[in-house]
Amino acid sequence: MTRASDDVIIKALARLLMPFIVAYALYVVMHGHHSPGGGFQGGVILAAGFVLLVVTHGLEQTRKRMSEKLAGVISSIGVFIYGGIGALCLILGGNYLDYGKLSKILLVTPAEARSLGILGVEIGVALAVMAVMYIIFFAIFTAGESPEDDGRAE
Amino acid sequence: MKILSVIAGVLVGAALIYGALDMPKWGDPHSPASSHVSPYYLRHSIEHTATPNVVTSVLADYRGYDTLGETTVVFTAGIACILLLRKGRKRQGKRHV
Repeated sequence: MTRASDDVIIKALARLLMPFIVAYALYVVMHGHHSPGGGFQGGVILAAGFVLLVVTHGLEQTRKRMSEKLAGVISSIGVFIYGGIGALCLILGGNYLDYGKLSKILLVTPAEARSLGILGVEIGVALAVMAVMYIIFFAIFTAGESPEDDGRAE
Repeated sequence: MKILSVIAGVLVGAALIYGALDMPKWGDPHSPASSHVSPYYLRHSIEHTATPNVVTSVLADYRGYDTLGETTVVFTAGIACILLLRKGRKRQGKRHV
């Protein structure tokens, strides 16, 4: 069981670092077209922010921000976004995951539509990876005990 | 028994080394891996996908199915962790009663 740290310096530093971690994760996801990065890496960085929250502010505080149930829903949404974009291309008359056909609804050239399609699936990947990392971290951290496992108990 | 396993290990190792001798050299531009689709992707990535980072365009566009599978694998790992590592609430309640 990880309890909230008593040290005000650790808590304040974590609070200070958190926005930068989230901004950097979003940068890594969005800038995957031009530099190393993408959904997998950005998702892991996002999850690392939550790990920092658990270490400094304790399991219960973090669980109030995002429950395991919500993480499960988010990971499903991530995979759904990826598969949904592929199916949307199918509906618009192309092959599965053929993003060029998205140009019909995005009103851009096919090449740009492919770029946006890549961005869309990267966002889906980032959501799925972030939520799954969070789930695995929580599952391992709370494996030995579970009076507080209920979520509604506190 | 120990001698048998040593002989088997040496034989398999020799066969693998013999097989590896025919592999193309590291970074050989004429190897099958870098002479078939790689030049096509490098040349047409901007034109097809408007994405300067070829790694991203190959990962998410040319090889989109592969990445969909990877994402599903990660998702499955998360589901497996929920199923295996989290204790069932109902079952635990019964155990206490």
